[in-house]
Amino acid sequence: MEDVLFFIAAIGAVVGAIGVIALRNPFYSVLALVSHLLSLALLFLLLEAQFVAAAQIVVYAGAVMVLYVFVVSYVGGQGEPLASIGPGLGGVGLVLCIGLFVELSIAILGSGLHAIDTDGAKLGPGFGTPGQIGQLLLTKFLFPFEIASFLLLVAAVGAVVLARRRRGIDAPDEPLPPRDRLELTAAEVMRIPRAGSQAESIGLGQEEKEEQGGW
Amino acid sequence: MTVAWYLVVSALIFCVGAAGVLVRRSPLVILLCLELMLNAGNLALIAFSRMTGTGDGQIFAIIVMVVAACEVVVGLGIIVALYRRRLPIDVDQLRRLHG
Repeated sequence: MEDVLFFIAAIGAVVGAIGVIALRNPFYSVLALVSHLLSLALLFLLLEAQFVAAAQIVVYAGAVMVLYVFVVSYVGGQGEPLASIGPGLGGVGLVLCIGLFVELSIAILGSGLHAIDTDGAKLGPGFGTPGQIGQLLLTKFLFPFEIASFLLLVAAVGAVVLARRRRGIDAPDEPLPPRDRLELTAAEVMRIPRAGSQAESIGLGQEEKEEQGGW
Repeated sequence: MTVAWYLVVSALIFCVGAAGVLVRRSPLVILLCLELMLNAGNLALIAFSRMTGTGDGQIFAIIVMVVAACEVVVGLGIIVALYRRRLPIDVDQLRRLHG
């Protein structure tokens, strides 16, 4: 039974992964990734990682993929021709990846690890449950846990700075760079048309009023 | 199933993701392929966690998920900023974006 489930989940995961890179419409690519993530959660369950499997479904296949779907429908999922980079370069990329897979397989199967050919060590009670994960996160891995929370904060602030839209500033539209010059710098991409300064965007001009009001 | 099977599946998914990054040109799909590669790494970490019988690999996998979420948020923010500037959503034409 476990073997059958493994093969179903593994085939689902690989087919989903191939669907991500083979489908032309980015919207379908996102949906293929969702099915890939669900199959992967089943593999996690087979490896006795219940909490990670649940987090995979709720956080990844739920929240992160919704973000993707929003952005794809905002940007408009225009398809691109699959052979757009030319048959030569595409072929080189595929050959490189097949070579990488052969190399990885040789490294895995010839690693000399004895435990790799077993079903794994004997597990204590409560392996992979939320209780054990929480205990590890707050004792042995407290420092990575805090770093991860800080990283999330930095990413949230960065996303707001990148994608904000500021209103109410009557500046003439800046000329766009000419269409034939398509090499743009990061600073040009970040400067949104009709945008004010960084200080105005976070409301620095209104500090005094707020101070008088007090908290 | 032995742990080696899971590791081979993980290697296969990683290579499919790497092929996507090399072959596709839309930054949206390239981000999706990065997700594939991170997930392959997660699968290998959890397989090793099962092999050793300790929970350390699962903590690693959760931290990798956090990093993946951050990468998605910032990457999609850049794509939205590109779209607002009416720029082509094509990595070949944005090759000076390293700043």
